[in-house]
Amino acid sequence: MADEVVLLDTWASMFGMRVRIALAEKGIKYEWKEEDLRNKSALLLQMNPVHKKIPVLIHNGKPICESAIIVQYIDEVWNHNPKIMPSDPYERAQARFWMDYIDKKVYDTWRKLWLSTGEERETLKKEFISIFKQLEETLGNKPFFGGDMFGFVDVGLIPYYSWFYSYETYGNFKMEEECPKLIAWAKRCMERETVSKTLPDEKKVYAFIDGIKKVLDSK
Amino acid sequence: MAKNDLKLLGGWFSPYALRVQIALNLKGVDYEVIEETLNPKSQLLLKSNPVHKKIPVLLHADKTICESAIIVEYIDEVWTHAPPILPQNAYDRANARFWVAYIDDKWFSALKGILMAEENDEAKEAEFKEAEEVFERMEEVMNKGSEGKAFFGGDTIGFIDIGFGSFLSWIRVLEKMNARKLIDENKHPGLIRWTENFAAHPAVNGLIPDTDKLIEVAKAFNQTLKARAAAN
Repeated sequence: MADEVVLLDTWASMFGMRVRIALAEKGIKYEWKEEDLRNKSALLLQMNPVHKKIPVLIHNGKPICESAIIVQYIDEVWNHNPKIMPSDPYERAQARFWMDYIDKKVYDTWRKLWLSTGEERETLKKEFISIFKQLEETLGNKPFFGGDMFGFVDVGLIPYYSWFYSYETYGNFKMEEECPKLIAWAKRCMERETVSKTLPDEKKVYAFIDGIKKVLDSK
Repeated sequence: MAKNDLKLLGGWFSPYALRVQIALNLKGVDYEVIEETLNPKSQLLLKSNPVHKKIPVLLHADKTICESAIIVEYIDEVWTHAPPILPQNAYDRANARFWVAYIDDKWFSALKGILMAEENDEAKEAEFKEAEEVFERMEEVMNKGSEGKAFFGGDTIGFIDIGFGSFLSWIRVLEKMNARKLIDENKHPGLIRWTENFAAHPAVNGLIPDTDKLIEVAKAFNQTLKARAAAN
């Protein structure tokens, strides 16, 4: 019996992109269903009743939620190469730690920065940049967070690259100036088709965010 | 494994540190507990968890592992003998990780919210509603997943049991401080049965901190949170 794989997602979601990259890395065929988050589908509400969020992977009718959990699931079920998680328990713990760090810090700080004004914006900007500086430090001189191989943390972080232009424009800074090694890493990741074909155009992302901001500002 | 190769930097009051202890006890490995002072934070803590500066930290020979759920998975992957903490099946594993993440997200924020709300009845009631939803969901998980078995993990304690059970004493703190039930015999018969099984389990027995001692910690924690909120 062939596997039935469905992904509930939205085009601009970094979390959804993680799953798309993982599926592409493994060569898994799936049906992509775009959600309108202002009008969530019955399927989404049924498959993720707790959080009502995307992404949701539906594998043979059974839902898996939370992008970091979905990526591990994909790696475990389709356990052929390339492997996404390292095999050593300590390295796995490190990978999970940094994925957790990204999840705890990046989106929430960005959201505060995005919605902030004046002096608060400067403080949040510094905080936001420091998160990426920490990640750059963690990367060190390795080609990927996973070492020689593109792995879990790389999958976790690279989707944000499509949002960098938006971060830079709203935050008034240049990521290349602040974190040059991270930009080099991102370009390295983009050499992978699974990444370059997944990430949306950064200007399109910016237009989308800007559109929402204009609506929020007008209220 | 020599005892001093494995150390847990924890705190008796910390549900997160308790998770690690339970996992280590389940695997029957020898370890040393270093009680973190937290006020001020020790050099060891700052050195071994520079990113978050939080307990628990597992010190395994020259390696440090942080974040309780991650530490528990690490323990399960290093000491692969029975009993397994994470389920064997990939889907069940994803499910277990989901619920532990849910507890760390929704339950912890409700717990903090209730502690901080103190005299603000309206805010506190809102947080209690959040907490009630958590217990309703966990009761569903208990009844759906474990089919009348003793634990979320089935016959043995598993990832969800450790993730949620580590908060038992704090649940009792909130119940006592607010004179109301969070785990109710009528609404949560599955959870009631589970709390008894969990507390009695040899890996857990004796580790659950005293409710009254924790209430003192809760009051001090509340003061710290208020001071921090005022400073921001």
